[in-house]
Amino acid sequence: MTAYSDPPKSSFQLSQLIHDTRYRSYTFQAIALVLLLLGVGYLLSNLLGNLAAAGLNISYDFLGKPAGYDINQTLIDYTNQSSHWRASIVGVLNTLLVAFLGCITATVLGVFAGVGRLSKNWLIAKLMSVYVEAFRNVPVLIWILIISTIVTILPSPRAFKGETPDAEMFLGLFAFTNRGIYAPKPVWLEGSGIVVATFIISVIAVFFYRRYATKLLYATGKMLPTGWPSLAILLVPSILMYFVMGRPIGVDIPELGGFNFQGGMQLQRPLIALWLALSIYTGAFIAENVRAGIQAINRGQTEAAASLGLRSGRIMSLVILPQALRVIIPPVISQYLNLTKNSSLAIAVGYMDVTGTLGGITLNQTGRAIECILMLMMFYLIISLSISAIMNAYNNRVKLKER
Amino acid sequence: MSDTHSQLAFVRTEMLAQKEPPVAEKGVVKWVRSNLFSSWSNSILTVVALYLIVQLIMNAGPWFANGIWSTNSLAECREILQGASGGCFSVLSERWNQLLFGIAYPDTQYWRPTLAFVLMLVAASPVLFSKLPRGMLIFTGLYPFLAYWLIWGGTMMTSIIALLGFVAAYLAFRKAERAGFSIGLGAGIIAAVVVWKVLGMFAGELSILPLEEVPSRNMGGFMLNMMLGTICISLSLPIGIALALGRQSHMPIIKGISVVFIEFIRGVPLITLLFVANVVLGYFFPPETNMDLILRVIIMITMFASAYIAEVIRGGLAALPKGQYEAADSLGLDYTQAMRFIILPQALKISIPGIVNVAVGLFKDTTLVSVISMFDLVGMIRGPILASTEWNGVYWELYGFAALLFFITCYGISQYSQWLERQLRTDHR
Repeated sequence: MTAYSDPPKSSFQLSQLIHDTRYRSYTFQAIALVLLLLGVGYLLSNLLGNLAAAGLNISYDFLGKPAGYDINQTLIDYTNQSSHWRASIVGVLNTLLVAFLGCITATVLGVFAGVGRLSKNWLIAKLMSVYVEAFRNVPVLIWILIISTIVTILPSPRAFKGETPDAEMFLGLFAFTNRGIYAPKPVWLEGSGIVVATFIISVIAVFFYRRYATKLLYATGKMLPTGWPSLAILLVPSILMYFVMGRPIGVDIPELGGFNFQGGMQLQRPLIALWLALSIYTGAFIAENVRAGIQAINRGQTEAAASLGLRSGRIMSLVILPQALRVIIPPVISQYLNLTKNSSLAIAVGYMDVTGTLGGITLNQTGRAIECILMLMMFYLIISLSISAIMNAYNNRVKLKER
Repeated sequence: MSDTHSQLAFVRTEMLAQKEPPVAEKGVVKWVRSNLFSSWSNSILTVVALYLIVQLIMNAGPWFANGIWSTNSLAECREILQGASGGCFSVLSERWNQLLFGIAYPDTQYWRPTLAFVLMLVAASPVLFSKLPRGMLIFTGLYPFLAYWLIWGGTMMTSIIALLGFVAAYLAFRKAERAGFSIGLGAGIIAAVVVWKVLGMFAGELSILPLEEVPSRNMGGFMLNMMLGTICISLSLPIGIALALGRQSHMPIIKGISVVFIEFIRGVPLITLLFVANVVLGYFFPPETNMDLILRVIIMITMFASAYIAEVIRGGLAALPKGQYEAADSLGLDYTQAMRFIILPQALKISIPGIVNVAVGLFKDTTLVSVISMFDLVGMIRGPILASTEWNGVYWELYGFAALLFFITCYGISQYSQWLERQLRTDHR
C-alpha cells in the first residue's frame, strides 16, 4: 500500500512567517528591529524635546573656552587659562599614567603573591591567601579611601625642617611626605642625547648578541654565556660615553625651601594613594590568575623536562612558563583593563584623571552633561577596544596549533 | 627445609615492637621543619613574615584592646585614652543605625528593613539549598512584592496589584504556550498589562495595611548597598540570559544588537554609567515621568550587570559539547524547548561560579553610588559622619567596619559558590 502526500506547494503563505523555520527568523528580526527603532526614536524624541524645552543644544564649543580651574598633577603644560580641551587631555594623560604605573606594580605584586600562595612555606602561603581574600572581597573604593588615609599619616614637609628634624630624607634623595613623594629628577644637559643614543644602541646590541647565541646553540650545540656579557654590553659603552662627554646628565635633588620641598620630581598624594590602592587591589586578582595558570600545567611536564636532563631554571623558562603564560596572560590583560576602568575612582581621592576633569569640573562648570559624558565614554571605549584587540591578537598567536 | 633454623646462627622469631620515629621526623618539629624551614631561603621568608606579623599584632593589639565603645565624640575618646593607642569604636555604636539605614529613614520604622532582610534570607534559602522543601519557592515568588511594601511603605495594594498582574501573565502564558513559546509570551505580557490597567483604576479606593511611606531618597547606609545588589542581580539574570542567547543567535540583527550592547557596556567604567543615571538619563524620558535617582541608578546598574552576566553565560553555552545541541534537534525539539530543557540547565550549571563572581563584583561596586552623592555605607561615612564635628577624624574604625561588612558578605557568597560547585559536580572523580 502506497500513500502519496502532496508535494509542498511552492507558493508562499503568510502563516509560514510564524510556523516555517525558514522564514520565522525574518519575522523575529523584523519585530526586533521595529521595536529597537521605536525605542530609540522614543528616547531621541524625548531628548530633543527636553533639550528644546530647556533651551539647550548639543554643541562642543565649550571645549575651546578657558577652563578656569587648576590641576595639581600635570604631565604637560597647563594653566587655568588653558582650554577645556587641554584640561581633558591632561586628564586623559593622568588616567594613562596611573593605569600604566598601576599595571606594572600590580603585575609584580600579583606574580609574587600567586607564586607565594603555592609556596611550600606554610606561613607564606597562608599570608598570601589572607592578602588575596582580603582584597578580593572588599570594594576597591574602600581600599582607595583606606590607603589614602594611610598616606596622610606620613610626616608633613615641616617635620624635615630644623637642626634635629623629626623625619629624614630616604638616602638623602627621596622625601616621603603627606603632600606626596619628592624624588630626584634627571636634568638633561648638552650632549646627553649622545649618551642616550649609545644606551639605545647597546640595548639593540644585546638583543642581537642573544639571538646570535641562540642560533649558535641550535646550529652547533655550543652554549655562549649570556648573563654577564649582556650586562657588559648594556652598561659599559654608556658609562664610558657619559664620562667622555663630560657628565652631561645631572640630578635635581629635592630640597626643603620654606614650608615645602622645591625641585626634583613630585608625585602628589592623590596619585600615590590611587596608584598603591589600584595596584594592591588588582594584584590580588592577578595573583589568582597566576596561581591558576601554574596549576593548570600538568606535573608530568616538569617531570618530563627533568628526565630530559634540564636544570630547574631551564625547566621553568623553557617548559613551564611558555605553557603557563598562555593561560595566564589573557585574564591578566583583562585585569589591566579593569584597573584602567577602576582608575576612574580617582575622583574619590581628588586625583584629576579624565573623569575628574572632563566628567567632573568641566561638566559642572559648563553644564554640558551629554557632550562630556559621551566623550568620556568614547575615551574608555577606545581604550577597552584597543586592549581587547591586542588580547585577541595575542590569543591567536599563542593558540594551540591543532592539526 | 625445616632445618634452616638450625643452620643459621640467629633467627628472630618474634616481631620487634615498633620504634618511635626520630624526634626530627615527627610531630611539631617535623611539621615546622618541612613547612617553615625546609631551606635557607624559606627560613629567611619565615623569619621576615613572623617579624611582620608580630609587628602587626604589637601595633593593632593594644588598639583593639583599649577600644572605647561608649563616648559621644572623638574628643571624649582622646580624653579617656590620654595619648595611648586605642580605637574609638563609639562611633560605630553611636551611629549604628545611620550606618545601616542611612540618615533619613524614620527611626520608628527600622524594624521594616530588618524584617525584609531576614525574610530575604528565608526567600533565598530554597534557591540556594536544593534540599529544602520546594513549597518554599512560593514564598520566594511572593517576596519581592512583600519587600517592596515593607521597605517603601504605603498601602499594600500596589504590591498586590503588581502580583496579580504577574499571576495573570503566568496563567495566560500557560494557556497560550501550546501555540508556541513566543505567542505564550505575548499573551502573558498583554494579560499583565490589562490587569495592571484595570486594577490600577481601583488602587486609590482601597487601602490595606498602610505603612508610613518612605521616599526613595531617604534610603541609605548598608541597606542601600544590599537593596541595589539584590535588585540589580535578580533583574540582570534574565536579561543576561536573553543577551547571551541573542549573541549566540544566527539572526544577524538580533546578534548585532546584543554584541553592540554588551561590548559598549563592558567597555566603559560603571562610574560613567552612574553619571548617566545622575545627569543624563532624565533627558531621555518625558518631563512628566518623575523617576527618582534610585530607580535611575537601578536601571543603569542592571544594564551593567546584565552585560557581564551575558558574557559569563555565553561562556557556559560555548562550553557545552555540540552533541547536546544536535541531540536536542534530533529529538524534534524546537528552539525554545531545546533551550529550556536541554541547553540552558547545563549551561547555567557551568556558569554558576562566573555568575557568583559577577554578583560579588557588582555588590562591591554598589559602593560607587557614593560618588554621585547617594548615602550608601561609604557615602554615609564620607559624608554625614566624617563631616560631623563629633567624629571628624575617625577614619580607621569606620573604614575598617565597612571593609569588614563587605568582606563577610562577599567571602560568604564565594564560599557558598565553591560548596555549590562541589554539590553540582555529577561526574565521578
